[in-house]
Amino acid sequence: MNTALSWIKAYVPELECGDQEYTDAMTLTGTKVETFERLDKNLEKIYVGQIMSIERHPDADKLIICQVNLGTQKLQIVTGASNVKVGDKVPVVIDGGKVAGGHDGGALPEEGIVIKNGKLRGVESFGMMCSIEELGANRDMYPNAPEEGIYIFPEETEVDADAVDALGLRDTVFEYEITSNRVDCYSILGIAREAAATFDKPFIAPVVTVKENNEKIEDYISVEVKDQDLCSRYCARVCTNIKIAPSPEWMQRRLAASGIRPINNLVDITNYVMEEFGQPMHAFDLDTVAGKKIIVRRAKENEEFQTLDGQMRKLDSEILMICDAEKEIGIAGIMGGENSKITDNVKTVMFEAACFNGANIRKSAKRLGLRTDASGKFEKGLDPYNAEIAINRACQLIQELGCGEVVSGMVDVSISLKENTRIAFRPDRINQLLGTNVSIEDMQAIFKKIELGYDEKTNELVIPSFRQDLEGIADIAEEVARFYGYDKIPTTLPNGEATTGKMPFKLRIEEKARDIAEYCGFSQGYCYSFESPKVYDKLLLDSDDVLRNAIVISNPLGEDFSIMRTISLNGMLTSIATNYNRRNKSVRLYELGNVYLPKALPLKELPDERMQFTLGMYGDGDFFSMKGVVEEFFECVGMTKKVNYDPNANKNFLHPGRQANIIYDDAIVGYMGEVHPEVADNYGIGTKAYVAVLDMPNIISFATFERKYEGIAKYPAVTRDISMVVPKLILVGEIEKIITQRGGKILEDYKLFDIYEGEQIKEGFKSVAYSISFRAKDRTLEDNDVNAAMKKILNGLESMGIELRQ
Amino acid sequence: MKEKLEKIKAEALKQIEASNALEKLNEIKVNYLGKKGELTAVLKSMKDVAPEDRPKVGQLVNETRGEIEKVLDEAIKKMEKMKRELQMKAETIDVTLPAKKNNVGHRHPNTIALEEVERIFIGMGYEVVEGPEIETDYYNFEALNIPADHPAKDEQDTFYINEDFLLRTQTSGTQVHEMEKGKLPIRMLAPGRVFRSDEVDATHSPSFHQIEGLVIDKTITFADLKGTLAEFAKELFGEETKVKFRPHHFNFTEPSAEMDVTCFKCGGSGCRFCKGSGWIEILGCGMVHPNVLKMSNIDPEEYSGFAFGVGLERIALLKYEIDDMRLLYENDSRFLKQF
Repeated sequence: MNTALSWIKAYVPELECGDQEYTDAMTLTGTKVETFERLDKNLEKIYVGQIMSIERHPDADKLIICQVNLGTQKLQIVTGASNVKVGDKVPVVIDGGKVAGGHDGGALPEEGIVIKNGKLRGVESFGMMCSIEELGANRDMYPNAPEEGIYIFPEETEVDADAVDALGLRDTVFEYEITSNRVDCYSILGIAREAAATFDKPFIAPVVTVKENNEKIEDYISVEVKDQDLCSRYCARVCTNIKIAPSPEWMQRRLAASGIRPINNLVDITNYVMEEFGQPMHAFDLDTVAGKKIIVRRAKENEEFQTLDGQMRKLDSEILMICDAEKEIGIAGIMGGENSKITDNVKTVMFEAACFNGANIRKSAKRLGLRTDASGKFEKGLDPYNAEIAINRACQLIQELGCGEVVSGMVDVSISLKENTRIAFRPDRINQLLGTNVSIEDMQAIFKKIELGYDEKTNELVIPSFRQDLEGIADIAEEVARFYGYDKIPTTLPNGEATTGKMPFKLRIEEKARDIAEYCGFSQGYCYSFESPKVYDKLLLDSDDVLRNAIVISNPLGEDFSIMRTISLNGMLTSIATNYNRRNKSVRLYELGNVYLPKALPLKELPDERMQFTLGMYGDGDFFSMKGVVEEFFECVGMTKKVNYDPNANKNFLHPGRQANIIYDDAIVGYMGEVHPEVADNYGIGTKAYVAVLDMPNIISFATFERKYEGIAKYPAVTRDISMVVPKLILVGEIEKIITQRGGKILEDYKLFDIYEGEQIKEGFKSVAYSISFRAKDRTLEDNDVNAAMKKILNGLESMGIELRQ
Repeated sequence: MKEKLEKIKAEALKQIEASNALEKLNEIKVNYLGKKGELTAVLKSMKDVAPEDRPKVGQLVNETRGEIEKVLDEAIKKMEKMKRELQMKAETIDVTLPAKKNNVGHRHPNTIALEEVERIFIGMGYEVVEGPEIETDYYNFEALNIPADHPAKDEQDTFYINEDFLLRTQTSGTQVHEMEKGKLPIRMLAPGRVFRSDEVDATHSPSFHQIEGLVIDKTITFADLKGTLAEFAKELFGEETKVKFRPHHFNFTEPSAEMDVTCFKCGGSGCRFCKGSGWIEILGCGMVHPNVLKMSNIDPEEYSGFAFGVGLERIALLKYEIDDMRLLYENDSRFLKQF
């Protein structure tokens, strides 16, 4: 909300403060000032001068030489403007003065423009006459300024007066951020009331009285509210003998400073009252209203209606309409109809000030795609009491500005006007909530400033209707705090029962995951939770893959953000591709983020959110480096059993010969592999990339921070090496399985130390060599013990078709 | 005999003097002192010496042996030292050659900031908890005093799944989950991902992170809220940091406030970073609204509490002076390496 300070001061006449002081003070009581702009910025030494004579420039067709009277001095000024004549009073900036901008009305330079005496085509000029744009203003604020040329003051303006004053530019426009609960502050009066309370100055509300003619409103109009759930109050008044003309300058300027373009007296009055009281008004041309009757009712489904901006709007049965005896003439609270709009020929006007259901207006405006100043105010939920005084204010202005006559009486359909809220006054509770010691007297003084009544008999605060946000003692505590000063409230730390700081197990495991990934050279990335359904095709998922059953966002930002991911790989591959395309060498990334697996679709219960630990890399390292990271992590979280890898993982997006499910304690806890070349192509990754995905809920079920010391071996180990010729299809994992199963209690460890295919090994076979070590905890092993164990192992291997090499 | 020993000694010392290699010295050691060495030979010839002279001769032999040994050991030591020095000289490296690094990875700035915040509040006795990212309308809005049809629902630009489910727009719902557990007092910190329908640009992202804090106990005051958050700001931004509380509005707190901290770039004197104000807006907070307590079955007459919500990205961007939010989700290794 933008407002000129002069308008606020109109209701707080004693208010005197600097712009920054005002900003800080208002912000600290809750009416946050975002920015302010001085209208007289860079305007210096500018006075009202009167043109005494004009002569042609001897050497330039487009220039004239003016003698200008500035009271104490007379100056010769050369100008190129063609709109001035002798006797005109104009703004003159003299030598050493400043103007805000150029005459083209472009962006204003930060430091303004300094004006100096000079010569134009050989003729001396002692200053400059100014256009409205040079004064930093525009024709929105000064509609009577010429489109091009020098601004000309009204005749009655005094010569030698301060031109900036005369133009009303000694003012500052403040922009406020109003919180949604303070509907009353979306108005000048609301902000003025806050300013008065903030600076402890009297607030003087405008005195609203209406001079009426002898006619009776009943002869002009009647109102019927059919859908009372959507309209709690409808006030109507009628003005006749309307004379359309420009509104007075003071009104134009106040509106313009608020960002509203002045149009004519009638439109300006409705806008002015909307700004001043925060009550949207609508004016109908009464001659277009059939049957002298207003009916407020819901629209019919699929009807079309032309709003006053000329657009056809499709209605539905939840949109509230203003109708006459025959037809619809306006969309309630949003925009009037083309068929009843005010034209320059209007004679009789009906003003409407109503209170419509905020939620309904908000939803209707949204469905119609038509948000207006009025709907923006209605949707916050207005004070129905405000409608009456606002409509009277509009009629007062019509009469006072000579825009027309006001017909006697008001049609007022009020459904149920709420009584004032009452809140028990509990000063102790207020101090208890705030941690303060504010006295009852100080609290009462604050209440008085913000117009809260106090009923001594019942010890209750009586809340004025415009403060709909005050409902309970906590709200009252905030009022006290605001004006006592948030900064004066002490700072303490909670006492009371001590609690222990805790980090849940899941998060501790995730922290370990981060640690290990980083030790292994992986940096952490963050990926989006939503992605495009096209991702599934990029990842070559089968058309019936369950991962395609994703939760769909009903109002996404676009297809690329439309489904909740069921697999974490797209984010990782996208990040890898980004790095690859930017020529980053050898990149390792990890991510900890959820996938969202619906239990059923459409969603009827919360989905399974599963944290995924995703690793991805290209450049240095291979499949087995990735395996190393996985196993380092497992060891770090106490998963010390043998990790198994099943090559039959059936992941379409991974290289068929280079993929595996990661199996721990017979459970699949993740998968890993080289990215399928086709998938790599789909993402634009032009190199081999490896990924691993660990399902954290599964990991967490196995993870532990418990450790038990097992003692360091006292007796020596015995090591035996075996060398084998193995059919190529047998995995070393299978050999290791035999070794583990058959090695017995004394088996300590085994290590693959050679694997070879090629010359000297027959076709279809590979040479594999292991070093197997045995150890007993309680004695030195005898040869027999080891021989027996080795025999078992060898038998097992031989039964798989493995030959031992000597 | 004596002369013989003197001669042996003189010869040995001469040889030691003349030798220029460790091997040579070892050879001398063997030749003179070894089992088959000259001095041993002298000892062996003791049988030819008169028995009464034997102790004297023995002593002489041992003295000679001692003297040779001493000189020899010194020579060996000297030689070893020389050899080592030579070797080390040969092994001299260019210490300015590049380091061989382990290439440790880097944490994301979001996480670094989050861990920092968690550390501060865990130290103050808070428990870190998590809530679901896909939420029901009830926990995201209604239980937070934002009833159906409330304009605040529009303000937050919610992503909906259907009428009942949505992507949470704030971590505040976790407050309600925690209060419903019925265990009091509460001191919790709930970090997590939230979603709002904002197009991606330098200052917006449709998905970002918040850290929600909640304290419920019997005598919690607004002064406690101020004190706690002032401590937090000092811990996070430095001991010099000052805080300012401004009245604000949130549906689920009353009274509500926004907290500014003195600009950590200029210290409060005003700079481009803080747009000249000297202050930077950092979080929203307030006393838990009685309606919120009531809905979670906590008696607002007996208990009170405060809550606050911090934007994680906001902290990370400010603290590390990152000028574009998109960098946080691109995962460019050149960006990540800087943290």
